[in-house]
Amino acid sequence: MSEHGTESVGDPVNQPGASASPDQGRAHHPGQQLDEVPVEGSGGLPERFTNPGLPPHVPRSADLEEKAARRAERQVAALFSISMVATVIFLVAYFAIDQKTYTFIPGIGLASLSNIVLGVSLGISLLCIGLGAVHWAKTLMPDTEVSEDRHPQRSSDEARRDAVETIVAGGSASQMDRRPLIKYTLGGALGLFAIPLLVQLTGGLGPLPGAELSTTFWRKGMRLMRDPEMTPIKVSDVSLGSFFHILPEGIDKSAHPQEEKAKAAVVLISLPPAVIKVPKERDWGVDGIVAYSKICTHVGCPVGLYEHRTHLLLCPCHQSTFDVAQDCKVIFGPANRPLPQLKITVDAEGYLIAAAPFLQPVGPSFWERG
Amino acid sequence: MSPNTPKGAAALRADDVKPPEPAKGAKAMAGGLASWVDDRTGTAKPTSYLLKKVFPDHWSFMLGEIAMFSLVILLITGTFLTFWFVPSAGTVIYNGSYVPLKGIPMSEAFRSTVDISFDVRGGLIMRQLHHWAALLFTVSITVHMFRVFFTGAFRKPREINWVIGTILSLLAINEGFTGYSLPDDLLSGTGLRAAEGFMQSVPVLGSYMAFFLFGGAFPGEAIIPRLFTVHVLLLPAVIIGLFTAHIVLVAVHKHTQYPGPGKTNENVVGYPFMPVYLAKSGGFFFIVFGVTALMAALVTINPIWMYGPYDPTAGTAGSQPDWYMGFADGALRLFPGFTEFHVFGFTLSLNVFIPSLIVMPLLYTIAGAYPFLESWVTGDKREHHLLDRPRNAPTRTGLGVMAITFYLVLFIAAGDDLIAIKLGLSINQIVRTLQILLIVAPPLAYWVTKRVCMSLQRRDHDLVVHGRESGRIVRTAEGSFFEVHEPLPEFKRWALVQHETLTPLKLTARVDANGVERKSTRRERLRAKISGFYFADGIQPVAPAELAAAHHDGSAREAIEIGQEASEPEAGGQGFVGQLHGGADERPETDAYAHHEDRVDPGSTP
Repeated sequence: MSEHGTESVGDPVNQPGASASPDQGRAHHPGQQLDEVPVEGSGGLPERFTNPGLPPHVPRSADLEEKAARRAERQVAALFSISMVATVIFLVAYFAIDQKTYTFIPGIGLASLSNIVLGVSLGISLLCIGLGAVHWAKTLMPDTEVSEDRHPQRSSDEARRDAVETIVAGGSASQMDRRPLIKYTLGGALGLFAIPLLVQLTGGLGPLPGAELSTTFWRKGMRLMRDPEMTPIKVSDVSLGSFFHILPEGIDKSAHPQEEKAKAAVVLISLPPAVIKVPKERDWGVDGIVAYSKICTHVGCPVGLYEHRTHLLLCPCHQSTFDVAQDCKVIFGPANRPLPQLKITVDAEGYLIAAAPFLQPVGPSFWERG
Repeated sequence: MSPNTPKGAAALRADDVKPPEPAKGAKAMAGGLASWVDDRTGTAKPTSYLLKKVFPDHWSFMLGEIAMFSLVILLITGTFLTFWFVPSAGTVIYNGSYVPLKGIPMSEAFRSTVDISFDVRGGLIMRQLHHWAALLFTVSITVHMFRVFFTGAFRKPREINWVIGTILSLLAINEGFTGYSLPDDLLSGTGLRAAEGFMQSVPVLGSYMAFFLFGGAFPGEAIIPRLFTVHVLLLPAVIIGLFTAHIVLVAVHKHTQYPGPGKTNENVVGYPFMPVYLAKSGGFFFIVFGVTALMAALVTINPIWMYGPYDPTAGTAGSQPDWYMGFADGALRLFPGFTEFHVFGFTLSLNVFIPSLIVMPLLYTIAGAYPFLESWVTGDKREHHLLDRPRNAPTRTGLGVMAITFYLVLFIAAGDDLIAIKLGLSINQIVRTLQILLIVAPPLAYWVTKRVCMSLQRRDHDLVVHGRESGRIVRTAEGSFFEVHEPLPEFKRWALVQHETLTPLKLTARVDANGVERKSTRRERLRAKISGFYFADGIQPVAPAELAAAHHDGSAREAIEIGQEASEPEAGGQGFVGQLHGGADERPETDAYAHHEDRVDPGSTP
């Protein structure tokens, strides 16, 4: 507002000066609607009501009668005493109640007795201190309101000038403005000094991703194993409509099983071949038995909910819904890409095996995945 | 001269001022200690200043106190937990006292959390206290923020403190997230899995950021110890630093107060810290701590032993984050999948990037910037220490409710699966509905809120002008019936008439020294437009003249010329205290229920 020109927007009413208080008058504009009540002229009355000042103090009963004051005192003391008793109960319970004792508590069910007694006694001991102190303040401590003056935050002009002068004088005393060489080299040095720290931090935090996000533990010929039993599955074990959680053979013996599982988890679903609408899906499966990555293409939760009747896979995190009959296409939810399919086949002994590793990265999207 | 009168030299000293008797006992000890400290630090003056400091009283000022006290509870219980918690992702086999988990491989972090819950005496109470206090911390910060917003407490000189507060709020929810991710249970691991997905979605740098954060492929063994350091050292240090600045600024500015009789912009009315606020506020700390302890005792929170250790191949239905992360999770659920693009061999995953990494900072930036926007619109450069009643700032209140509505729709979306299950509804329909509501509901909420505020203002207006309905019906000599309205007492009236309603800034053509008209800039036009949006339908508080008119005629609906008439006795005031209202006489002529027999026909006006 202080720049020249912008004043034209200004309405003087809105800027009555830095220290105007709201109870000072502000002009009504001629013709202005006052809640549909046009008032013209003030007839000698003030523009605004004036602050009536603090209302008279109403004494409390404890201020007037010693009896009430003594009652309040007893109440406060009782609360503090309850607190002490609760503290003692806590200490006794801490040593007396066994951690493994479970008791039926109405409204809660079977619960750890130790936890309940310790927590309730601690709670009561604290609560009664608080209630006692507040009751004391409300009944016995002075309740006459006190008024304290405020002062504008702004320093005096003199102090401000002084501060600016000190800075300017300090600047020129250091000869910064006269010696540009120092100024620029200092700027350079200060601008650069943090870089080694940042480089050390980011450089040491972790390895580069390389191909890790694009590959999984699956290799051609690996058996499909039940998760978590880690037993292989024969085609004859897979009844129509069944659903298996699958991991690749040998993943539990790998160097980093958790990290491998986070990418290699697969679901195996048996559909009636006629239901499958995409020829590629049928070709990559075995008699309607298909395997898909279990890692959601949204943010990577395991897509573990399968609705058998509708052939839908649902992610429990954000409800992305994949239609297994349509090559796990996203039919609802925030995910964009279908779940990648794992090409499977049957080995000589009748076990399901991977016919190829995953041909595209599994899991959530990233920039360079393509 | 009585025999007791001192004689000689003693008589000369009889009138001397005696040095005060040295205090005895505990008082002397305290005084001695205080003077020892003051001799070395000179703190007597600031101490007495602080102890005399006046704080105004209002229940809504306790919201910030709850946040402050739950922070203290978090620091105490958090420190306890660090003595037993092992921040390590190293695999161990559980062999503790919780039978269902025996023999199951898990991380040390998870095992130590189960141990705290079952084998450390009172450990479960501390864990539950910590988690409940964290929820209370974030809730109270949020509600405190609402209070500050709706009462306009962020206005000059408190803009800096508002910004600090928004940063604190943002840090608090992230501190919460790092905290509940530490136990490495199935639920928190799922949250971390999603967080890794968020990182990956960053354009260009995503996979690098994810690998740097997790120290390699997800989950890795680095994330738990790193989160631990962030949770117990880095974020708490920043939070405590900013919190200290927040509190110091409150002391420097002196607390705001609600408008009321005797309260002005130049004073602060309330009770001194010593003893009243020391007792009330100190007592309130114990109340907050006590209530949190009762919750921790009676209501289970985050039973990680029921979720089991994290396994990247397992997921649970009904995975929800803690409440304060709900809005971000809801945004992820509502943001449509078609916003992922595959171009030139690269993937731009806006369906994840925007809701997970843009929405939260964006919302907080808007919140932090609001005071500056409003002061630009009003052009108001004054200091404000008197709070607004929310109804008296209808546009601001409307905007605030609009933002809350947006937030709430996102928050509800985070529970869409639970809603679908509990209410037997279709998840798809719920998501579609919420997507539409996210766009439609906030403006609607704005409009409704603004209307409600203006209606409340009109109600205040009516109350001041017409007074309180006394319920006494009086029949006048002419036979008409009136209800006696008692005027509001001055002290009550003040709160309803003290505010100021701004009027929109107007563009005025400026003529420069050469008589050339200067056109207003686009910026000025925009400002005038927003100012109109804010204040065009402002309702002015009742002015004394208006009240006098109402008293004079028993009607507020007439333009008046007030002169000496104002001092004449009230019409119909036959010994009644108050005004006569409610009769058909009071209605305007255009009203269908007005007295029409004595209506003057406009055609027959002489």
